Amino acid sequence: MSYAANLAMTLPELVLGLGAIALMLVAAWGGQQSTRAVSIASVFVLAGACVALAGPASSGGAAFDGLYRADAFAAFAKVLIYVASAVAIIMAPDFFRRTAGDDLKPEYPVLILLSACGMGIMVSAADLLTLYVGLELQSLAAYVLASFMRRDTRSAEAGLKYFVLGALASGILLYGISLVYGFTGTTLFDGIAGAYAATPMSGEAKSLGLLFGLVFIFAGLAFKLAAVPFHMWTPDVYQGAPTPVTAFFASAPKVAAIGLATRVAIEAMGSATDQWRQIVIFAALASIVLGAVAAIGQSNVKRLLAYSSINNVGFALVGLACGTPEGVSGVLTYMVIYIVMTLGSFLVVLQMRDETGEPVESIASLSGLSRTRPGLAAALAIFMFSLAGIPPLFGFWAKFAVFDAAVKAGLFPLAAVGIAASVIGAYYYLRIVKTMYFDDPAPAFPRSENKVEGGLIALSAVFVSPLGYLLIPALGVWTTAAAKALF
Amino acid sequence: MIQALAFYLFAIVVIVSGAMTISSRNPVHSVMWLILAFFNAAGLMVIVGAEFIAMLLVIVYVGAVAVLFLFVVMMLDIEVASIRAGVARYAAIGLALAVALAAEMMIALGAWSAGKIDLTRRIAPVDATVPNIQAMGNLLYTRYLFVFEGAGLVLLVAMIGAIVLTHRDRSGARYQNIARQNARRPQDATRNVKPEIGQGVQL
Repeated sequence: MSYAANLAMTLPELVLGLGAIALMLVAAWGGQQSTRAVSIASVFVLAGACVALAGPASSGGAAFDGLYRADAFAAFAKVLIYVASAVAIIMAPDFFRRTAGDDLKPEYPVLILLSACGMGIMVSAADLLTLYVGLELQSLAAYVLASFMRRDTRSAEAGLKYFVLGALASGILLYGISLVYGFTGTTLFDGIAGAYAATPMSGEAKSLGLLFGLVFIFAGLAFKLAAVPFHMWTPDVYQGAPTPVTAFFASAPKVAAIGLATRVAIEAMGSATDQWRQIVIFAALASIVLGAVAAIGQSNVKRLLAYSSINNVGFALVGLACGTPEGVSGVLTYMVIYIVMTLGSFLVVLQMRDETGEPVESIASLSGLSRTRPGLAAALAIFMFSLAGIPPLFGFWAKFAVFDAAVKAGLFPLAAVGIAASVIGAYYYLRIVKTMYFDDPAPAFPRSENKVEGGLIALSAVFVSPLGYLLIPALGVWTTAAAKALF
Repeated sequence: MIQALAFYLFAIVVIVSGAMTISSRNPVHSVMWLILAFFNAAGLMVIVGAEFIAMLLVIVYVGAVAVLFLFVVMMLDIEVASIRAGVARYAAIGLALAVALAAEMMIALGAWSAGKIDLTRRIAPVDATVPNIQAMGNLLYTRYLFVFEGAGLVLLVAMIGAIVLTHRDRSGARYQNIARQNARRPQDATRNVKPEIGQGVQL
């Protein structure tokens, strides 16, 4: 295959990589004044990458001798990643302008672009090397973004914690990769799949090396996903990082990590499904339960949303645990709806500020929001009801899709426990609604003059409202096509 | 014959300079001995036909790591006497580490002679006629081109991150303005006075 054909399949990454380098040069010469121009240009670069997905990048198959796969699954995940990244860029300027201390620097959108490039590589990875390079590109940019507010000690703490624990996770993942490479002799997913199919996974003749490799790889991926028991860094990092960065962490990298985990599980280790299913089921149930229980005592809204993200990753993993095309399409459906709900919630959190304009993060400051800012309160209520999975809202459909797949795959206990635990989760989502609608009003948040953020909140609220059900046929076709690409 | 001679030459110098690295009194000398050890290790690598590793040793270890060590050592005010005082205190731990290391080497040697684990489904068979730099270049710039460029982007992010997190404009700093310095004339800057005795000068 010629270089041109290979490069055409990696066009989205090319657009992002070259765009980021060009914008970095603009930032280097333009300095602080170029922030606005670089931000706007970055959103266009992300849109360009979305357009670039239309060609061979979504249907080309294997590129670079099988190191990279351009299929419908990757394209679907990439669209989600690019949209979430663009929203993270759009919501940043207002936040940094209002917060005392550090200004938004033009490197912020550049780092998001590079991170998005890494996430694209992650979901397209068909080789352990590609997987690792993509993961590191995404993570390294994320560490810098977490400590972007240099004068804020909590932001620095978040960056350091994320860096140290992320490096540990990379170490665990690399150890697993080295075992798998050692015992299969290849890093290509196809080759690994062949080796796993040829080796018995239980009984006397089982290969301990392959099993250990599988366990370590899944542990490393669970760390990146923030699934229990590898979730400890999440609340601190989410609370300390600047809010737009937290919104970014809770959306795009989750899609990338779950896309990566799905591809590794199905494509590389599909014949060892019974082995990894135990790990995924445990991580799913533990995440759902711990995410729900630990969130109850939180008083900081960003911390609460961190536990909410842990909880939601658990639900998405329920779909992965099925290991069937329905399960994978359920995961994708879940991620679409989850991203919109999460970004919407964080956009509302961005509107929370006292009269001087400084951001406030306590749940108590939401008291009586329905009387001071009825629109905002209604939007947040929609997101909370939807995150809780209460039927008329679109969040219900997400949970329904994964649990339906779990039941069809015969995983009745998993579905039953998951549904029971989602009721616990509903408690703290509804507590926020109760605070907004039934408590005495706290000082009102000043109105935002930012039309774009208001528009995005309205758009995401409409998406997760019952109107979203109109999208189900289209969403079903896309997710099924994407899931079929893996099997 | 010449190979054997060269091997013993390099090997002896590596061992001697290694010993000198830990025993010399002056830390700067230690780093110099370390550099000598690196060079001779590179020589050993050339003898076994691993010229790529030899070049890495010289370029990365001597060129970057050792020079960095030298900078750090020269910046720090290291008191050799106080470090020497700790040797007796930590001798037991050091000895235990040495024993563990020796035991591991024995085990590794034993495992090696007992036969290997089956790890041999190579995707890139080694061709004895191709020099290993060429073989590696062939793979890096064709098959693994995408990953290689991706690794380049990772390094770029590391660089941007380091600059974003540490660089700041110092508004109060006074920078040298060479043009203004050169444009300054003696008659503007100096003045001849002849003060009375006991009066001092007016500034």
